[in-house]
Amino acid sequence: MRPPTSELEALTAKYRGRRQALIQVLQDIQDRFHWLPPEALERVAADLGVPLVQVYGVATFYRSFSLRPQGRHTCVVCLGTACHVRGGQAVLEGFERRLGVGAGQTTPDGAYTLERVNCLGACALAPLAVVDGRYHARMTEAKVGAVLAEAEEAGKA
Amino acid sequence: MTTYRARLLVCAGTGCVSCGAFEVRRALEEEIRRRGLDKEFLVVPTGCSAFCQRGPIVIIQPDGVFYQRLKPEDAPRLIEEHLIQGRPVRDLMYVPPAEDRTVPKMADLEFFKHQRLVVLRNRGRIDPEKIEEYIAFDGYQALARALTGMTPASIVAAVTASGLRGRGGAGFPTGMKWAACAARPGSPKYVVCNGDEGDPGAFMDRSVLESDPHAVIEGLIIGARAVGAARGFLYIRNEYPLAVARVGLALDQARERGLLGRDILGSGFDFDLEIVRGAGAFVSGEETALLASIEGGRAYPRQRPPYPVERGLWGRPTVINNVETWANVPPIVLRGPEWFSGLGTAASKGTKIFSLVGKIANTGLVEVPMGISLREIVEKIGGGVPGGRAVKAVQIGGPSGGCIPASRLDISVDYESLKAAGSMMGSGGMIVMDEDTCMVDIALYFLRFAEEESCGKCAPCRAGTGAMARLLAKITAGNGTPGDLVRLESLAETVKRASLCGLGQTAPNPILSTMRYFRDEYEAHVLDKRCPALVCKALIAFAIDPEKCVGCQLCRKACPAGAVSGQAKSVHVIDQAACIKCGLCLAACPAKVGAVRKVTPARAAARAAETAPWGEDR
Repeated sequence: MRPPTSELEALTAKYRGRRQALIQVLQDIQDRFHWLPPEALERVAADLGVPLVQVYGVATFYRSFSLRPQGRHTCVVCLGTACHVRGGQAVLEGFERRLGVGAGQTTPDGAYTLERVNCLGACALAPLAVVDGRYHARMTEAKVGAVLAEAEEAGKA
Repeated sequence: MTTYRARLLVCAGTGCVSCGAFEVRRALEEEIRRRGLDKEFLVVPTGCSAFCQRGPIVIIQPDGVFYQRLKPEDAPRLIEEHLIQGRPVRDLMYVPPAEDRTVPKMADLEFFKHQRLVVLRNRGRIDPEKIEEYIAFDGYQALARALTGMTPASIVAAVTASGLRGRGGAGFPTGMKWAACAARPGSPKYVVCNGDEGDPGAFMDRSVLESDPHAVIEGLIIGARAVGAARGFLYIRNEYPLAVARVGLALDQARERGLLGRDILGSGFDFDLEIVRGAGAFVSGEETALLASIEGGRAYPRQRPPYPVERGLWGRPTVINNVETWANVPPIVLRGPEWFSGLGTAASKGTKIFSLVGKIANTGLVEVPMGISLREIVEKIGGGVPGGRAVKAVQIGGPSGGCIPASRLDISVDYESLKAAGSMMGSGGMIVMDEDTCMVDIALYFLRFAEEESCGKCAPCRAGTGAMARLLAKITAGNGTPGDLVRLESLAETVKRASLCGLGQTAPNPILSTMRYFRDEYEAHVLDKRCPALVCKALIAFAIDPEKCVGCQLCRKACPAGAVSGQAKSVHVIDQAACIKCGLCLAACPAKVGAVRKVTPARAAARAAETAPWGEDR
């Protein structure tokens, strides 16, 4: 979604003039809109007194920031070492095949974003996938269809 | 505090929560309320109880019986039988693999029996969201002693005498670091907790922050007093939302009680802490990069010296220690340095937490005295590899570490021994690998990780990690030459020596250690185009054993590529040209039939269709 100007202002106002709060304010915007729209970056640059190039530099350096809008559903596949040795790669490929997009991409209809992550720190549950914040422990490629159907269902409710 | 007939401790660590612990908690609370027993029984959410793979877990106190893999619908029966009738519910208890009897108490499990809890002392027994519970187990007593009965110099002396070394990986003596910072003149100074636990496969810092946040906070306040800092920061990974929330709550509670802020405990000492959330960059776990990130910029490491104790945050002296290191401080102050140095080996004191994961029966966090043998951890505590398979190697220390082969399992787990064996303590990830793990693939996995996470500041790491990953990819694709192995080794040595920070300096370790112990696997990939572990897709194929196939069609239906053909009740065949090697046919083939197999080299599949001879298979 495009951020309403008033809401952006509210998010940046408390950090006005505090250059060292750059990451924090970007995190707040990311949490709220699930991406960093260009107008938000310009706003941040103006309010914090940081050059726009530096805002972009930070926004592109860290993985948790997205410069593209995210899908309505987010599928995160963990590829930490424990997940890797227990077949996480096959789980990711299962999602890729089902959704028809690669990791880091969003389906053309804007429904799903597929992400891979390097460890969620829940290695005892490996391999792990998180769909819309719901953790699916001991994932298999065969379960991908059911997990996506569940997310679809929950989205309707 | 009100006393109850029994307390039901519901593990609320990330592992259990993701398996439905909160639903179980609600069901238990509702059932208790429905029966009007709220005054008799109390449901308490606790931090991670460390036996993550059996979650959701509930421990009933004072009996100490633990129940596992609970579902909300188990709640009425659990309350009726155990709490009211006094009959423990056997079928909800844990039965260790290879045994046929339930083990009602956690302490009787092999997994817990050999552990020694210092940092994880409060795990599964307190509610991390209530400061009173931390205080009830001697919490903040060490702080009281440090502020009222000790001088800053004597705190530093105690930490030095304890022999505590940094738990973040490199093992630098903590007391020396503090002394160096304390000796710098002027103010301000800062203390920082490095909670940017980025090593894939390690989650002890998450667990400590989630299950005992006050232990870390208390350690930081004592450290701040010792070095003369008035402000501190807890840098926590953004991927750990529960940890961020619990630490935030803990800080508020500590502030309310005068344990943070002005004039702490009436001692005249002022100190406050704030949380900085990481933004997802592995390199920010490197201390100078982390400081740059707190300052609001890109997490670029810089040349050391000067070390952070000389020039840290905003150019001021800064002590930065790992989560586990800070959590060790209160028990050292409270119980004395002699007690602490009585644990462990001559050079590595105390305990270390490892996350024991991978191909192992009991996964979870284990805290053991330094110097324990790797074999004891893997075989006794971990219960070995499930399914009677053999351990092939244990990878320790994440992307900076290396693999210890099964032949060296008797190695002592301490900083020096691990380093000498080509691995390192790192943050303590311990990933067990069995015969089905390909060591070349693992090296490629870590190098791709390093390449992706390289910040790009120095050329050896930026270009070198990519070049090594490309060589490994070439080898796993079956296009490697003997010359590539030589190039890989020399490149690894160069990157190790020439990189600016720890990320680049240690990135070649996964290659060097696997080449040292598993050279034959590299050679099989290069010379015979075989992957002995049957992992590398280009070198394997899926084939159906015509002798065993019963024509059930399950594999044909499972195949997303339409590569399997065959009529019902007649032998099926995989079209190798169409096969995408996803493995779904193998997963679909019933175990008792066992007709679908992996074979290597890939060309063995063509022969397999005409019966013998098979390639290597499993």
